[in-house]
Amino acid sequence: MVPVQCYFVLSALLFFIGVYGFVTRRNLIAMLISIELVLNAVDINFAAFNRLLFPGLNEGFFMTLFSIGISAAESAVAIAIILNVYRNFKSDTVDSITNLKN
Amino acid sequence: MDYGYTIFILLLPLFSFLVLGLVGMKMSHKAAGLIGTCSLGLVTILSYYCAFQYFSADRVHGIYQTIVPYNFTWLPLGNLNFDMGIMLDPISVMMLIVISTVSFMVHIYSFGYMHGEKGFQRYYAFLSLFTMSMLGLVLATNIFQMYMFWELVGVSSYLLIGFYYPLHAAVAASKKAFIVTRFADGFFLVGILIFGFYTGSFSFSFVGQPAPLLMGGGSTPFIIGDAAKAVAAGGFILPTALTLMFIGGAGKSAMFPLHIWLPDAMEGPTPVSALIHAATMVVAGVYQVARMFPLWIEYAPQAMSIIVWIGVITAFYAAAVACAQTDIKRVLAFSTISQIAFMMVALGVCTEAVTGHEHPGSVGYLAGMFHLFTHAMFKACLFLGAGCIIHAVHSNEMALMGGLRKYMPVTHITFLISCLAIAGIPFFSGFSSKDEIISACMNYSPVVGWIMTGIAAMTAFYMFRLYYGIFWGTENKEAHEHHTPHEAPLTMTVPLIVLSVITVGVGIYTTLAGFLGWGGSFGSFVSADGHDYTIHFDATVAAVSTVIAICSICLATYIYKGEEQPIADRLYTTFPKLWRAAYKRFYQDEIWQFVTHKIIFRCVSRPIAWFDRHVIDGTFNFAAWGANEGGESLRVWQSGDVRQYAVWFLTGAVALTLILLAI
Amino acid sequence: MANIVMFAILAVVILGSAVMCVTTKRIMRAATFMLFVLFGVAGLYFLLDYTYLGAAQISVYAGGVTMIYVFAIQLVSKRTLQGMVEKIKCSRAIGAAVLAVVGLATVAFVFLKNELICRAADVVDAEVPMRTIGQALVGSEKYQYVLPFEFISIFLLACIIGALVVSRKVKED
Repeated sequence: MVPVQCYFVLSALLFFIGVYGFVTRRNLIAMLISIELVLNAVDINFAAFNRLLFPGLNEGFFMTLFSIGISAAESAVAIAIILNVYRNFKSDTVDSITNLKN
Repeated sequence: MDYGYTIFILLLPLFSFLVLGLVGMKMSHKAAGLIGTCSLGLVTILSYYCAFQYFSADRVHGIYQTIVPYNFTWLPLGNLNFDMGIMLDPISVMMLIVISTVSFMVHIYSFGYMHGEKGFQRYYAFLSLFTMSMLGLVLATNIFQMYMFWELVGVSSYLLIGFYYPLHAAVAASKKAFIVTRFADGFFLVGILIFGFYTGSFSFSFVGQPAPLLMGGGSTPFIIGDAAKAVAAGGFILPTALTLMFIGGAGKSAMFPLHIWLPDAMEGPTPVSALIHAATMVVAGVYQVARMFPLWIEYAPQAMSIIVWIGVITAFYAAAVACAQTDIKRVLAFSTISQIAFMMVALGVCTEAVTGHEHPGSVGYLAGMFHLFTHAMFKACLFLGAGCIIHAVHSNEMALMGGLRKYMPVTHITFLISCLAIAGIPFFSGFSSKDEIISACMNYSPVVGWIMTGIAAMTAFYMFRLYYGIFWGTENKEAHEHHTPHEAPLTMTVPLIVLSVITVGVGIYTTLAGFLGWGGSFGSFVSADGHDYTIHFDATVAAVSTVIAICSICLATYIYKGEEQPIADRLYTTFPKLWRAAYKRFYQDEIWQFVTHKIIFRCVSRPIAWFDRHVIDGTFNFAAWGANEGGESLRVWQSGDVRQYAVWFLTGAVALTLILLAI
Repeated sequence: MANIVMFAILAVVILGSAVMCVTTKRIMRAATFMLFVLFGVAGLYFLLDYTYLGAAQISVYAGGVTMIYVFAIQLVSKRTLQGMVEKIKCSRAIGAAVLAVVGLATVAFVFLKNELICRAADVVDAEVPMRTIGQALVGSEKYQYVLPFEFISIFLLACIIGALVVSRKVKED
């Protein structure tokens, strides 16, 4: 079997790539995509730990399952918000939403 | 012996005040007046009955017992309690008679005088309030209750002086009276607190007990709480407390230099002046000294010289100013100040043993109280008479009067009787009291005695100047054509007649008693140590004072009686500045104004106001400004950029982890 | 042995696609790369013998979520599709890179200090049976997940309704 450190390193790298993408990108949808990367990294972590460190138990499995479901729901809501923002501000970049500035 | 009914003496006027105050405006004038007068009538009857019962009771060891029908603790404060109660002893019963009689007369008189005035019901309500407060003051069982009613009396005076509140002068006068007396009451309160703190109680438990000093030897000491503690704390404590209390009394009794409010208080209606500023409220200071008298004798005999000299200065000052006033009420006001000073001096000289009399040293006390009684009667009569005159002539100024004796006979006769009484002619009540005062002064110190005799002469002089100015001299013909002065209605003349009858009656009896040695005179009721004291007139003193009084009257007659007054006019031209200064009351008001405006306002109040506005307010404004600025500066950090928030969030999380790892 | 090779291939796919995803300037490409990442992750699940999870990943994530994103991109980023690209500020990129590296280092440090990973247990080389999964999802005993299951159903419903409400067209009166 693949040792658990490999899975861990992989998920950590994926997580921080997602963070980098979130901080760097201006397009709203691109930011959301980066968030999806983060979530997937976390899912990998859960599944790997469960399978390789605690084989008899199933918590990580179900955690991952529910996380997938929740991410889907959250993406839907976020897209709806972005559509609303686009309608009101006529722009898809995050710079346009500056109502809270100062 | 049941004195339970005495509570009604206090409750009846209180009740009538509440009724008239709350629903008076809905009543007719007549109903309001009747309610006030009838309740006062009842109070008078009760007071007389109480006096009769008290003085016909048996004496114990030759002294009338002090009776306390009611005394309950109102505010318990550890050792010191504030009690409320009623105490009956010779001077308080005597004051009951004086207050109720004069108040009743004033109530009847006001029916006629205030007829048709707006606010008639309010006037009677305030009169009842005043009567209740004054009665409570004299019946007090402890100094603190006296102080409370003292303040109430001041409030009633304020309300009544400012009765004609649309008049600016009346409002200013009422404020002045209240502020000056309140200022003096500050000292009174400090005196009370010192007294209470050091002696451990406020109450007059020493009244009615024998006075060792006056008895001429060490006997039972006073039981005033913890007197030993007071004395041990330092010989100055009790004299200081008593002197401070005296200052409070001096304010209320218009002693120099706190007298400035009394002449201005004449802005109130004349019956009010008669009741409050002649007969009752202004004697509150004298009553207070008399009440604390055993303490003065025992612990502060040297301080009594303060009382004497302030009294002498006041008497002389007031008499001098009265000689130059042209407003009849002002003349009477200054005369009141002078006479009250006589009473104070009488109380103050009562320290030395007086030889040749039955009991040493008690003459002054007796004389002061007696003068209080007689003065109340004849001064009230004078003021009410002045009210009749003002009512007839519609002015206060002497210049517009003259020759009124033809039009107002009753007023004329009663006024003359009272003038003779105040001048000290035998067979009028003023003679007996004033004679006793002067003889007491003579025994204290001849200097004081002769000064007081001189002032008595001045008194006779200016009173007869007033009398002649009103009732003799040239008539004011043109004013009389418009409106012939007529005699006052019955409601106004009956009180005059009653008061002058009292004056004459008391005068005849006491004069004869003094010369012939009868008992049953004033001294048998009220005296310093409580024992029966038969007044004997010292023939020399009596003769001297009578002669001097008659001389002054003749002088006044000579100067002022005729149609023309050439001598008076010549005096004006010879001493214009002196006359002017006397007319302006020797600039006392201006001096007080200077002190308050230039000194107190500028040097004390203004810095304090500056401090309040700039330092205290400034601190809070600065704190608010600081919070505002802080908020403004923090606001800039809100960029509205979600990504930046994420960066900071993550940075924080990483930093926290590193810190926790390091630890 | 085969596992490690498979893992290496999948890792390369995932990481390569992720890096491309966050650095590309064209939004459609980003979505596509995300799709590749999702497929890679599904492969990892299959490697871990979580077949059900892998199937769920493919159907929900790779199928549903990616479709949502593609539709959203079509609706919103017209100009981007037409070729106008997004500029990425240089300073921000460097800052983010630094942050990422620091974070990575921290996490790695924490992980390696931890003794948890030393316990590599014996692995039963079999997948979790479907029956167990099914019973766990609707069972109410300890270690069984009926409550989260029901909750997530309602949650999904709420999100659907919320999304509809938020994004409906406001009628012009």
